Amino acid sequence: MSQNRRDFLKSFAALGASAATLNAVTPQIVKGSSPNKLSPTRKGVLVDTTVCIGCGKCEWACKTAHNMEAGDIENYSAQLTDGSQRRPSESALTVVNQIDVNNADSHKVKLQCMHCDHPACVSACIVGAISKHENGAVTWDTDKCIGCRYCMIACPFQIPSFEYLKALDPKIVKCDFCIDRTKVGKLPACVETCPVGALTYGSRDELIIEAKRRIDKYPGKYFNHVFGEYEVGGTSWIYLAENDLVKTVFPKLGTNPAPGVSESIQHGLFAYFVPPVALYALLGGVMWLSKDRDKSKGGH
Amino acid sequence: MEHAFKPEQMTKKYFTPWVIVLVAIALNGLAFLAMRFFFGIGSVTNLNDQFPWGIWIGLDVGAGVALAAGGFTTAALGHIMHRDKYEVIIRPALLTAMLGYTFVAMGVFVDIGRWYYIWHPLVMWNGNSALFEVGICVMIYVSVLYIEFLPIVTERFIGRVNLPGFLKRFNLLVDGLLRKLDRGLDKTMFIFIIAGVVLSCLHQSSLGTLMVIAGPKMHPLWQTPVLPLLFLLSAFSVGFPMVIMESIAASKSFGLKPETEVLSSLSKFIAPLLGIYLAAKLGDMFIRETFVYLAEVNSTSILFGVELVIGVIIPLRMFMSSAVRESVPGLFTASMLVIFGVVMNRFNNFVTAYNPPYATEAYFPSFGEISVTLGFVALEILIYRLFVKIFPIISIPIKGFGAKAKYAIRGGSK
Repeated sequence: MSQNRRDFLKSFAALGASAATLNAVTPQIVKGSSPNKLSPTRKGVLVDTTVCIGCGKCEWACKTAHNMEAGDIENYSAQLTDGSQRRPSESALTVVNQIDVNNADSHKVKLQCMHCDHPACVSACIVGAISKHENGAVTWDTDKCIGCRYCMIACPFQIPSFEYLKALDPKIVKCDFCIDRTKVGKLPACVETCPVGALTYGSRDELIIEAKRRIDKYPGKYFNHVFGEYEVGGTSWIYLAENDLVKTVFPKLGTNPAPGVSESIQHGLFAYFVPPVALYALLGGVMWLSKDRDKSKGGH
Repeated sequence: MEHAFKPEQMTKKYFTPWVIVLVAIALNGLAFLAMRFFFGIGSVTNLNDQFPWGIWIGLDVGAGVALAAGGFTTAALGHIMHRDKYEVIIRPALLTAMLGYTFVAMGVFVDIGRWYYIWHPLVMWNGNSALFEVGICVMIYVSVLYIEFLPIVTERFIGRVNLPGFLKRFNLLVDGLLRKLDRGLDKTMFIFIIAGVVLSCLHQSSLGTLMVIAGPKMHPLWQTPVLPLLFLLSAFSVGFPMVIMESIAASKSFGLKPETEVLSSLSKFIAPLLGIYLAAKLGDMFIRETFVYLAEVNSTSILFGVELVIGVIIPLRMFMSSAVRESVPGLFTASMLVIFGVVMNRFNNFVTAYNPPYATEAYFPSFGEISVTLGFVALEILIYRLFVKIFPIISIPIKGFGAKAKYAIRGGSK
């Protein structure tokens, strides 16, 4: 480095100016990428597991609505009683399981994306390919996704699935809350199909009131907890059951929003680019002050 | 102070029996890589919906970024703090960082499902995502590393441009351009050097933020809000051991005398850096009271113990001993232990600690995954060997400087 101090200062000032410009421009962009669209009228589904008969018609309807290989509707109930704990996968956006694996008479529980109010997948996605919509749905955008699978790492319910055996355009697969149907005023396919009314679609706030009303009315029938009301900051899909679903069906999760402290750390490290710019200035200062060490030689 | 060392091109022949072995390992990895591109990630790896990330992220990316820390730590020491005596190690460290990050990018490229969209983060931003931060920082930093390497290229070719065939007529023009580039770089290089250090600090720590969002899926021994700090501190402490290990290995491979004196004095920094890392790690463990998980003996607690005792505490003790710091085998062993410790740490953070709630079976890397990871390492060493033959990277003593030079170095450092 054979430049002199004045050059150094000059370039440094220019750099400072450009950093300031960056500082002025960037935060808006960063803010813009994370719109908080939580609408008071956002929709949800109340799953009453004490009503579900385990016919599996919702699974069939879901596949049919999403143009997936659905097979014969009569075969679905059989899968339910074989004792396996199935998971939503690339070939099934929703599955129904027995709550108690060893007891074929135990209640059944339908699993799919919970459509969190503060989704970890949305926070995690490197390119913002997953978004939370005004109606509550959390959906995935094939035009943005790079297939990094960080959403799968982030999801507390272990929901997103990935097409590992596709060499080109593998997709992240998960329930989209039938957004294409609800947009035109139709019910989600599973809700529409359910023959016993185990699934209730409506405004999330009203569903929570309804769930609590059922608990009040039949205290012996329900465990006194609406799963999803507060878990990971609230989910669009909420559950009623005879027993506690935590540990038997769902992992034990806190009530903090799903992204946890991750976003605070991230924003703390980059608070308006102050820490990086300050570090740059500090290192520049050290470099300038220690320049004399090699002044006898004049660079390399 | 006079320079007793000067970077030269290595003249030893490229192929040795070990190089052939490396070529075989690299080819094996490339074969599995081809499979991945034709039949999908699932055809080569043991990844599934339960374990979406394996060793390609944990080792190729996680450990790869950490082990390339030699680049920014030596740049900070040599260029920013102007400790001239360490200049001999800056070029090898820079080359390793440049190749290391190139292979980190390669690791990401092969692991993401839609590799042809790897440029998306440049135009599609999500400021909330730790991965976005890592991605952007690494992309910029790779470019900075290539710019930092350019002066070595200009030094190699200025006055020696010799294009083949009809391109000969452009020799003078290219030479002129190189000289212009060299002058421009000389004036502005400090901008890139500082930027390199800042970018490194940012993404080394953000790499730690990555797994924070996994929340309760991650074992409490590793899951902590101070993960970014632990990642940064461990990156600081593994930088110099990497440089020492490489320097000794390269000297041995090219039949040179190891630069023991420089390496010994460089190694004095390692114990304090490791000490700070250890203090942060233990402090975090005691504040969150996670030591209770060490009471039960299982593979998780054993791996944590291995990472901490063999990878941090033992080398810390070794680097505190001047006998170890002054012997080549001592330096090499202790450095290898630090490297092992950080590799273990990254592996543990990304793989061991990750326990999805509905896991039915544990993840273990497939033969194909291991082949690709080893293949990348082999390929990196092969390219390193090629580069030190083409470019003046490794410093060798200037003839006729002998004892006087040694004295000058000792005096000059004060």
